Amino acid sequence: MHPVDITEKNNYQRSFYVEGGNFTYAGIVSTSIKSILKKMDLPVDLVRKSAIVSYESEINIVSYAKKGVIKLTIDSRTIQIEAIDEGPGIPDIELAMQAGYSTADQRIREMGFGAGMGLSNIKRYADVFDLTSEVGKGTYLKMIINRI
Amino acid sequence: MKLREVKEILDAEVIIGDDKLDMEVKTAFGADLMSDVLAFAKAGGLLLTGLTNEQVIRTADILDIAAIIMVRGKRPTAESMALARDLDIPILTTKYILFETAGRLYTKGIVGCLDKVDAPSGHN
Repeated sequence: MHPVDITEKNNYQRSFYVEGGNFTYAGIVSTSIKSILKKMDLPVDLVRKSAIVSYESEINIVSYAKKGVIKLTIDSRTIQIEAIDEGPGIPDIELAMQAGYSTADQRIREMGFGAGMGLSNIKRYADVFDLTSEVGKGTYLKMIINRI
Repeated sequence: MKLREVKEILDAEVIIGDDKLDMEVKTAFGADLMSDVLAFAKAGGLLLTGLTNEQVIRTADILDIAAIIMVRGKRPTAESMALARDLDIPILTTKYILFETAGRLYTKGIVGCLDKVDAPSGHN
């Protein structure tokens, strides 16, 4: 990973590729994001919230999509994490948002996920949560953690 | 208490983190559902779980969990062990079931990282 400079904490952007279906590496992007935020010496609760929402969305991409990108953008006011995937999309967002609703298969459940908690967890921790999706194309999830 | 005492109370085997046994721990959270761990577990606590795959290690890393206690004699997969070593997260394994593990630690002073959740979550 390229070295992170603490002075970048008000102006930073980086994109990470996420491979669908590869559970071995699921979470590796979020580990990197967490480590970047830590190196920038951002407050621990913000690092934690960012890492959790990033991880849940990374698990979603690995679980359901062909591939995706997680984009981290930091400015003086916010930490923004976007999860953009090419996949089946979500036909009914309202239903998908319901805690406990899931379309996960056995493989996802064996990993300790797929209980229909991911999106509600993300909503719990993100200050801004914006989910849009097109069936057959993919899903776009924007999460913002406020710094102030 | 120190992680060393946790090990003794649970008659546990240290799989990763022999050098971390002087670490202080006060709280714990137990679950096999990683989304619940992500929702409720707190930094610096123990994670009691029966899952052994890499996602347990990733989850512990994301949350700054102090150490993972695998219950019911479960042992980490080779991939999990390598990842835990990389991320420097101790793993202990105990033959006690989750209920016994929690009870034995609780009577010695380890408490839940929270006692109740605020609101119902998921299908109740």
